[in-house]
Amino acid sequence: MESNMWMKIISALFLGAMLVFLLPRAKHMIQNSPKAGEGDWKAVLIPLVLLVLFVLFLITMVRT
Amino acid sequence: MSNQNISYTSSQASVLSTNKVLRNTYALLSMTLLFSALTAGVSMVVNPPHFISLVTSIAAIGLIWFVLPKTANSSKGLYVVFAFAGLMGFGLGPILNTYLNTANGGQIIMTALGGTGIIFLALSAYALTTRKDFSFMGGMLMVGLIVVLIAAIANIFLAMPALSLTISAVVILLMSGFILFDTGRIINGGETNYIMATVSLYLNIYNIFVSLLQLLGIFGSDD
Repeated sequence: MESNMWMKIISALFLGAMLVFLLPRAKHMIQNSPKAGEGDWKAVLIPLVLLVLFVLFLITMVRT
Repeated sequence: MSNQNISYTSSQASVLSTNKVLRNTYALLSMTLLFSALTAGVSMVVNPPHFISLVTSIAAIGLIWFVLPKTANSSKGLYVVFAFAGLMGFGLGPILNTYLNTANGGQIIMTALGGTGIIFLALSAYALTTRKDFSFMGGMLMVGLIVVLIAAIANIFLAMPALSLTISAVVILLMSGFILFDTGRIINGGETNYIMATVSLYLNIYNIFVSLLQLLGIFGSDD
């Protein structure tokens, strides 16, 4: 029980460190990412919608 | 005329260089994934305790944070990438064993593996054929990653199944976005180091696989 709590604390510290490490990079990317042009988001949304449908298909496969 | 020739030769050299980075990235990615599969297999046989997954993940991330940036431009970087992939694969062993002990665990693992392969190949093919620059997604992807990390930290202590499910689904979407983003960066010359490109794509594939495994595990279990 106690070791499980330690695992949780170490996992949280690890993810927290990841967050601290990523924050400056994220800030830089948010400030310097180019603006999306016309049709750019559409070009991303189409494959992502297909991805969602594919994952739903995989879920039905393991449920049957 | 001579200026035109110089411009043509320069753009041709750029395309050749991009193709070389792409070829090297996919070659190294295949080898590291195979090596991970091997170490995962070894780990499944050895069956180490669950905390090993956490230890190997910390060690692997430590390698790419502190060692890889210093070695990525030399051949030493290749050893670091294989050490990283080996650790990540070894950490998967206890997780895979847990799934194998459930009723349809084998089917769930194989479906997650096949699904991950199809997602990666389809998104890569899409990015390669459209040759689109997806760099405009960078900011949004990073915000998404930070939100997911905060939610994951909270869920370590909250242990809410619904939140866990949502995190897995969002990670699959985010990592798919990162595949488009990273592949677009290689194609458009934004990433010229194939070792760094391999690590990025490897992490995308690894996270999709683990999240898909979790999602299918939750929906595929009888209870």
